[in-house]
Amino acid sequence: MAIYPAEKGKGRKVWKAFTQDKIVFASLIFLIVMYLTILFAGTIAPYSENNSDRDLAYAPPTPVFIMENGHLTWPFVVTYHRRLDPITYGFGFYPDYSKDYPIRFFIKGQPYKVLGLIPGEVHLFGVDSPARLFLLGTDFNGRDNFSRLLYGGQVSLTIGFLGLLIAFPIGLIYGGISGYFGGRLDNGMMRLAEIIMSIPSFYLLISLAAILPSGLPSSQRFALVVMILALIGWAGLARIIRGMVLSLKELDFVEASRSLGAGPFNIILKHILPQTATYFIIAATLGVPNYLLAESSLSFLGLGIQPPDASWGNMLHEAQDLSNIMLRPWLLLGPGILIFLTILAFNVVGDKLRDTLDPKSQGRHA
Amino acid sequence: MPIYLYILKRVLIAIPTLLIVSMISFFIMRYDVTIGPLSLPMGGHSVQILKEYHFKNPIDPLAELRQNPQISKAAYEHEKARLGLDKPFYMQYWLWISHIFHFDFSELKTGRFWLVFQPDFGKSFSGEEVSRILMTRIPNTLILNLLTLLSCWLIAIPLGVYAALHWRSKADSFLTVFSAVGMAAPSFVIALLLAVIAVKIGWPPVGGITSDNFDHLTLLQKTGDLAAHLVLPVIVLTISGIAGLQRQMRGNLLDVLEAEYVRVARAKGLPENKVIYKHAVRTAINPLVTMFGYEFAGLLSGAALVEMVLRFPGLGFTALEAVRQTDTNLAMTVLVLGAVLLVAGNLLGDILLKLVDPRIELE
Repeated sequence: MAIYPAEKGKGRKVWKAFTQDKIVFASLIFLIVMYLTILFAGTIAPYSENNSDRDLAYAPPTPVFIMENGHLTWPFVVTYHRRLDPITYGFGFYPDYSKDYPIRFFIKGQPYKVLGLIPGEVHLFGVDSPARLFLLGTDFNGRDNFSRLLYGGQVSLTIGFLGLLIAFPIGLIYGGISGYFGGRLDNGMMRLAEIIMSIPSFYLLISLAAILPSGLPSSQRFALVVMILALIGWAGLARIIRGMVLSLKELDFVEASRSLGAGPFNIILKHILPQTATYFIIAATLGVPNYLLAESSLSFLGLGIQPPDASWGNMLHEAQDLSNIMLRPWLLLGPGILIFLTILAFNVVGDKLRDTLDPKSQGRHA
Repeated sequence: MPIYLYILKRVLIAIPTLLIVSMISFFIMRYDVTIGPLSLPMGGHSVQILKEYHFKNPIDPLAELRQNPQISKAAYEHEKARLGLDKPFYMQYWLWISHIFHFDFSELKTGRFWLVFQPDFGKSFSGEEVSRILMTRIPNTLILNLLTLLSCWLIAIPLGVYAALHWRSKADSFLTVFSAVGMAAPSFVIALLLAVIAVKIGWPPVGGITSDNFDHLTLLQKTGDLAAHLVLPVIVLTISGIAGLQRQMRGNLLDVLEAEYVRVARAKGLPENKVIYKHAVRTAINPLVTMFGYEFAGLLSGAALVEMVLRFPGLGFTALEAVRQTDTNLAMTVLVLGAVLLVAGNLLGDILLKLVDPRIELE
């Protein structure tokens, strides 16, 4: 079990490692951009989360024209009408070139709230009605996939941190107590953690999600999904923390504070747990992808975040139908690629963080 | 400790674990929990911060009877008593668990000892015996997982060794990128993409484990049909599986290659092939063997999602079906059996490690 002694200049070391490696730096920038984007989702998204236009269901991505009559112009779009094709009996979208609608920046549109507090009306870009700008097409209800991707990110990208925020304190305190006191208490507590871990996590996950009461308000459903994810994640954390505490408690400075008369909880909280801080940072970075993946799998199966709320997982729900993917690949690609890139970026940053802060661990040959 | 004693000890430890897992499963699927309402006094009046929520036993087997006016109160009570629903919660649990440990010792006389233990997990939502459903599903999951493990190891270990021996070569960096991509790509997205490709090409078949005309095929054709249906799920799970394994093998081997005994082996003039394959690789593979059992366990969870996406009739697919249809008996059983497989996988991993590495002391 690795022990991470407190040392100075960690921050500078990490910064240097991050800026030297191009891929790591790019991943970090990607994550920062993603989080800024979801923070200002209302402004960046051209439409609101649930702006549905039934006449434009399953519209493909709107083409943006930059050439007109053979020379370059300001990018514009045209309107589309959905009509039944008399030969194939399929719905098709037919352009109407009679009028151009230029793309405009800082356009006034549907009202939104940044962070749920600050109201706004100005969108970063958009087109005048009745034209629509669907960068990534629309879904079954004619809602703009691009806008929903941003709003869905608000769920998918925060659920990991919220889940860890619940799982970590439980794991820290549980593992801390178990490791510090040892003996029978340790045996019993670790038994319990092992029992939780001996249920295949995905089976437990879907069972717990399935018994959530239906008709919950979306915010509470979100909170409950986070809690379920944390409930499954804490046991593994507790076991690792326990191992670290077991070796930490033998160190001189713990002995010293004990002989000075400090109580066990004081020692655990003030002296032992702070030593696990480095592990905490690394595990958090590498743990967020797991939560993201669990949430999107759950929502993908229709058991997690429920529509009309968007999450990257439930946007993929429609892609369960294979014919949908073949005819409308934009349903799969947007959320699929974002989930992939986010997990990749977190893994890259987390690995680098671990290699820098804990050189004894695996992966030093990267 | 001799190995059979160790196995016995582990099996004995597993019994209370599985009992508690069964309690948890029963509690999740059968118990009604009410949370809230919760109000906090704030400045004279109370503010409600949580409404009342019922986490209801997802299925009420008596709902239909209760609403049917033609059913008398007495008949209703009779049915309730028959199902054991009038008893307190712990008695219901006891009824369930005692039915599972159903032994028929009369079979001993007939010599069919495998029929002595006849677990009764109750009936599924569809009226079919749960044990009968699972008898067809568990072998499917086991085949899928074992084939996946096999293909993961056969591909990942050589790749890992190759990458370590060609450290920082172009092939190594390609494999590094490949494993980073493999670890980040969600298995259900890979499954969907490959399924689309399979449908477009027309091969391999997507969904199920047999074709519709399976019963009319010859034995050889049946085997071929089964194998074809396994191709897609195995490929999907292998892609997600080899990434981590390859990386770990590479890391382990790189560590081992720096060890003193490898230098000694080289110094005394051993051919390079022997140094690597006889000394280094054997040591480097040990930590992976421990992971074998855990991997099997992890695979069980990972495979569940892929089974669901590809409609492969295994344990994971059954689990999803069961919780979606609130098929209580089936769902509880699947949870417990999942835990049994996981515990067995971990035990298998530890035993394998002992066989591979004689230095390991079993405790």
